[in-house]
Amino acid sequence: MRRSPRIRAGALLAVVAIAACSGATQSSAGGNAFASPAEQARADGGIPAWTDADVHFMTGMIGHHAQAVQMAGWAKSHGASESLQRLCERIVVGQRDEIGLMQAWLRRRGLTVPDGDPATAHMMPGMDHPMLMPGMLTADQMAELDASRGVEFDRLFLTYMIMHHQGAITMVEQLFASWGAAQDDMIFKFASDVNVDQTTEIDRMNLMLAALPAGGGD
Amino acid sequence: MASTRKLHAGGRRFAARFLTLPAAVGLVSLTACAGSSSSTTGTTTASLTPAIYVDGVRVGDTAPPSPDPRIGLKAGWFDAGEAAWNLRVVSTTKPSKDFINESTPGDRRLINSDLAFTGRYVVQGNYSGYQVWDISNPARPSLATAYVCPGSQSDVSVYKNLAFVSGESTAGRIDCGLQGVPDTVSLDRLRGIRIFDISDIAKPKYIASVQTCRGSHTHTVVEDPNDKANVYIYVSGSAAVRSPSELPGCSGAAPEEDPNSALFRIEVIQVPLAAPAQAKIVSSPRIFSDLTAPPRHAEPDPPRGGRGGAGAAGGGRARTGPTQCHDITVYPAIGLAGGACGGYGLLLDIRDAAHPSRIGAVADSNFSFWHSATFNNDGSKILFSDEWGGGSAPRCRSTDKMEWGADAIFTLRNNTMTFKSYYKMPAAQTATENCVAHNGSLIPIPGRDVMVQAWYQGGISVFDWTDAEHPVEIAFHDRGPLDAENLLSAGSWSVYWYNGYMVSSEISRGLDIFELVPSGFLTQNEIDAAKTVHLDHLNTQGQPKFVWPPSYPLARAFVDQIERSGGLAAARITAVRAELDRTERLGGQQRREGLAQLASQIDNDARGARDAAKVRMLAGAVRDVSNAQR
Repeated sequence: MRRSPRIRAGALLAVVAIAACSGATQSSAGGNAFASPAEQARADGGIPAWTDADVHFMTGMIGHHAQAVQMAGWAKSHGASESLQRLCERIVVGQRDEIGLMQAWLRRRGLTVPDGDPATAHMMPGMDHPMLMPGMLTADQMAELDASRGVEFDRLFLTYMIMHHQGAITMVEQLFASWGAAQDDMIFKFASDVNVDQTTEIDRMNLMLAALPAGGGD
Repeated sequence: MASTRKLHAGGRRFAARFLTLPAAVGLVSLTACAGSSSSTTGTTTASLTPAIYVDGVRVGDTAPPSPDPRIGLKAGWFDAGEAAWNLRVVSTTKPSKDFINESTPGDRRLINSDLAFTGRYVVQGNYSGYQVWDISNPARPSLATAYVCPGSQSDVSVYKNLAFVSGESTAGRIDCGLQGVPDTVSLDRLRGIRIFDISDIAKPKYIASVQTCRGSHTHTVVEDPNDKANVYIYVSGSAAVRSPSELPGCSGAAPEEDPNSALFRIEVIQVPLAAPAQAKIVSSPRIFSDLTAPPRHAEPDPPRGGRGGAGAAGGGRARTGPTQCHDITVYPAIGLAGGACGGYGLLLDIRDAAHPSRIGAVADSNFSFWHSATFNNDGSKILFSDEWGGGSAPRCRSTDKMEWGADAIFTLRNNTMTFKSYYKMPAAQTATENCVAHNGSLIPIPGRDVMVQAWYQGGISVFDWTDAEHPVEIAFHDRGPLDAENLLSAGSWSVYWYNGYMVSSEISRGLDIFELVPSGFLTQNEIDAAKTVHLDHLNTQGQPKFVWPPSYPLARAFVDQIERSGGLAAARITAVRAELDRTERLGGQQRREGLAQLASQIDNDARGARDAAKVRMLAGAVRDVSNAQR
């Protein structure tokens, strides 16, 4: 178990947050620093403590989602089947909204907010080169998808988006494997939703892939 | 609507808190919310057609108000604009002091969640515990207890002297502490079901926990008519599988790799009523096994060949199909359950409660996240909801499709589900209002299928789905967004009919209680008949079968329905009503005979009546009132 006991909170609340979190390592209820959830919420201004792993997840997933939105946005212009177009429309609406949710979470904590532009969103803060989150397509793979049309687009899209979704699930697993992460219910719920929604969509895409005509490319 | 209005909290602009942490917290007095407050809200309906008003509420017409008063409501926490149609706000009660921080709206630790009812009490889940309200006076609910025990999402159920509470989040603790569980492996963590003894409901005793591998997002209490010594709980959990170091035996591997995988199954807990602290998991049914992909409704493309169903593709491909359910609604009276399970709506045979088995499945291209199921009372229909976006997203904007994030209505015949229509709360909401289909229940309007449903910040919507192909909204309530500029969680999590009232758990604002008022869709007799159905407890996901005791309102409700459908000549309607009125004024024996005679006449009317089935129901209802006379 890797420990990274860095818990972040606003400067004014650092003492409170650390007190609350060191309490967490005690096993008795005596570790409670507050008499009620309302008192706790007032003390931290409605912003529960968070960790670097939380920030990494929320920041990285914006870029991850942005690429999915870009890929799905090609469905119509690239001659995707009607059923894939419908799936893609859902991905665009669903993941665009989630980008907004992640941005709001970061903004509220005064953290750097990626703009959701697929060209730059996967630049992690403090890095001067792009870092691909798990499952993301390389520039070459994006170009390959962008060059395909019709059934070939369907096949490539489904293949790559299944990989992309599996990467998102990996990111959720990494989040939950990080000390102190996802204690903020917003993150727990969002990460759990990503897990279940994308698992469901992978299932759906596997069926769509199996239904494509055989052959016609590798 | 581009409103620039700001929500004020404690005299400070809320928006400013996004960037600056409060220098001084706790200045806001909470005395105002220590008790409950009740208010009656006027309506803001507007229409050019003449209307009748009762207590300020418009009644009598069936045309939806135009423009829709839900559009453009003022944002606010406890001062948001409100719109109501064909129902009345009986009371609005703020959360009790441990569960509200009036300095900051939308705190996800303080979300109010699902409801369960026992006697005169409603148990209201909260991400940080639960509250119990005495609603014997629905105009003024009073707090019986507030129990602090974090661990979202605190789905609640009751059975006799027991209460069950779901814990899913990784921050939930066995000892109910507020400090969370930062360690990735910890014996302090609770993910599963907490069991409370509520013999004294004002002083719940936490008697046991049953830990599960994925925690409990929701759960369903199942009463087995053949097993009175136990009650069963179906646990649905969709979150990550935890480490075997934390809970031995948990495995997130594919079932092909590990036959004991926690994926692709639900858990069944048996609670011995004589010794509830000994509750334990007794089976983990793999209700998804060999699930071949059912025909997908609304699929635009015909299969292009080579179509392989889930489980049918073989060749080493990863197993597909759902790995979990979100929620299961059991209907023991007909031995069936509806499971909303990761992309599928499943029909389960639950006649052996500990071993449910799948007997049907549907899928739909317009559905993503199957959320929950509701049967109609006679079990001839089933409604599935799609909580697309998990309840955090604004899925009722004018740009969002009416068949997305909606309900799908199916007929149910010989265990076969056939798609008929979608239903979605029709008023467009703003981008700062989380809105999608969520929890609701049937309303016992006799002879009709009427349901009330929560749509988060889309408010509550009452609709009639008697005609499965044409569901129609008949009443609603809505508030403006919690915040005009930021999407914060609020709105109705669940709204359920319980003994005459619709009780709603408002995520951020507390507990709302509503009452139907007569309209062109619904007469006072129909409402009065609904109020004759009495339940001693209610877990909505353990659907009770409504039984109407013999009563004049029941007979009159059927007369009203026959009049509405033109099912009988107007003169006969008038005559039947007169005879009902006359016999009601009579004593026992005369009433008995008068009604028996009337029932026979109505039997005759049924022959050749346009709505013969309903006329026969009326005859039966009249005969029942007659037989009830001594």
